[in-house]
Amino acid sequence: MEPFVTHAGRAVPLRRSNVDTDQIIPAEYLKQVSRTGFGKGLFAAWREDPSFVLNQSQYDGATILVAGTDFGTGSSREHAVWALTDYGFRAVIAPRFGDIFRSNATKAGLLPVVLPEAAVTALQDAVEADPATEVVVDLDHRVVLAEAAGIKAPFEIDDYTRWRLMEGLDDIGLTLRHADDITAFEHNRPAWLPVTA
Amino acid sequence: MNTAVSECETQAEGESVMGRTLAEKIWDAHVVRSAEGEPDLLYIDLHLLHEVTSPQAFDGLRAASRKVRRPDLSIATEDHNVPTTGITGPGVPLSGPGSPVTDPVSRIQVEALRKNCAEFGVRLHPMGDADQGIVHVIGPQLGLTQPGLTIVCGDSHTSTHGALGALAFGIGTSEVEHVLATQTLPQARPKTMAITVNGALPEGVTAKDLILAIIATIGTGGGQGYVLEYRGPAIRALTMAGRLTVCNMSIEAGARAGLVAPDDVTFGYLQGRPHAPSGAAWEAALDYWRTLPTDPDATFDHEVVLDAATLTPYVTWGTNPGQALPLAAFVPDPGSFADPAARAAAERALTYMDLVPGMALRDITVDTVFVGSCTNGRIEDLRAAASVLQGRRVAPSVRMLVVPGSMAVRAQAEAEGLDAVFTAAGAQWRSAGCSMCLGMNPDKLSAGERSASTSNRNFEGRQGKGGRTHLVSPEVAAATAVTGHLAAPADL
Repeated sequence: MEPFVTHAGRAVPLRRSNVDTDQIIPAEYLKQVSRTGFGKGLFAAWREDPSFVLNQSQYDGATILVAGTDFGTGSSREHAVWALTDYGFRAVIAPRFGDIFRSNATKAGLLPVVLPEAAVTALQDAVEADPATEVVVDLDHRVVLAEAAGIKAPFEIDDYTRWRLMEGLDDIGLTLRHADDITAFEHNRPAWLPVTA
Repeated sequence: MNTAVSECETQAEGESVMGRTLAEKIWDAHVVRSAEGEPDLLYIDLHLLHEVTSPQAFDGLRAASRKVRRPDLSIATEDHNVPTTGITGPGVPLSGPGSPVTDPVSRIQVEALRKNCAEFGVRLHPMGDADQGIVHVIGPQLGLTQPGLTIVCGDSHTSTHGALGALAFGIGTSEVEHVLATQTLPQARPKTMAITVNGALPEGVTAKDLILAIIATIGTGGGQGYVLEYRGPAIRALTMAGRLTVCNMSIEAGARAGLVAPDDVTFGYLQGRPHAPSGAAWEAALDYWRTLPTDPDATFDHEVVLDAATLTPYVTWGTNPGQALPLAAFVPDPGSFADPAARAAAERALTYMDLVPGMALRDITVDTVFVGSCTNGRIEDLRAAASVLQGRRVAPSVRMLVVPGSMAVRAQAEAEGLDAVFTAAGAQWRSAGCSMCLGMNPDKLSAGERSASTSNRNFEGRQGKGGRTHLVSPEVAAATAVTGHLAAPADL
């Protein structure tokens, strides 16, 4: 996973709440067996509307998505994260995320940033007023900055997830350091527990 | 293991002198490793797999030269993208003449699952197999889903299995790979929420109506960060099928997991199933399962209380499952929502759904009715729909698909003559799969089509691009098929 320490880029305002993962990437795009190429399916249905925000040229090349509350609800499809990263996003800012989406994002190097509704709205207002506004997502200092707009919004993220993201660490490798603990646990499992074999 | 011992251990660690909830007991019994400032490492008892969210995980194993640690705790099925027609039986070909799979991309995905399961030694129930079906239908049916287990699957409706008192939750593909490689997951301990449902459901009101009402009450984000425990007399009175329906849609309230404490309904459901313990093991299991229910002095982080007696059949009018109202209600005016985000969402939903405020929900006409899915694809659901359709006809303007949740459900329904009721009424009788729940197999809505669907999500385009979905119970689905507009059996 690509480490995430701090990222500076332009941002896209997505003023919609309850953006479920079926909208982020519709099911018809989930048949691919690779992890790449999902960007073409990102918001596929919405992108057919020329006025959709991602179709507005002033936001070309933006790398930060600023969305309404309950972003990434619904299906567990990690393809939603892969679609966002494949399209070029490094961070999503919203007042609240679907639990599974947030977890998937942190496994795949996309930073989910929870900010209060007012801060999200201020960011959306700022990048709508001036799409060239530079937004900095600083995971090291846990703060989102848009200096030109006078925005400095601290965010919370647990130490462990922050460390993993900053180091770009693979969870499986971390867990396998404790393989002996897993084996010991397995020895104590009751014999009547079900097996599929 | 017994409760007294566990409580003593808890006290010795100085964490709490209080009793524990069902979710906390299961969690504590599965912690492989706990360290300050880190998520707990949780052991996973059962890993369910399907074709859509697993191929990249198996590729990851191969790339790192890793094996599946516990193939004997893993099981796979083909459900999401397979067709539900032309399934002639076991060994139905995946390609060539006589294959029901016409989409080459779907074929590659199913082929990948078959290859991966063979290579890594994972049991697979392929298309046409007697035990094939929707992953969340076959787990309980085989008796693999048991109280007190931790169960994961790369599918958000894994919450279904909580109906038997298992801690079950959906995961992404990176986590699927992690479980395949280690049989564990690093997880932060969730908060707990009690959803207490007092009273009794009135005649004609179902588990589906109850969960739609719960989601409308707490909202699509209300359960985020929580494990829900459904409690109270109305939950106790539900059949296992009803509990599965309720727990299934926990994720629609934002919660990764929902639970019902195991009781005699649970034990009666499990006894004699292929993977349920038997003999002395059954007694040992029962002894353990009876320690699991939440202790009387345990506390939840949050509690919601509902009165079942006030409920009526519920239907959705919008594009998220929280946008639901009683069938007798009217399409709401977005201006009536105080919260600006809810107002904007309602405006958008009404535009997408092509509905106007003030319209009676009963006046909404549909062209498609879907009975099936991991929410309502069990034998009890098909019986409920058939009892409404018996001696009646599906309206000429409506196509109705009845899709059993598993091939075993299909066989049971045929043994009971339900298929004859459906076909005599003019409905299509299908083979098992996710079908029209999610628009990634041939069963889809076309743009502008409108369905009454027993599935779980009414998101924009969920059942096919441009399609419009109203979530309903099997009873309402069947009555709607007869009248051509949203209706309850009592309207017939």
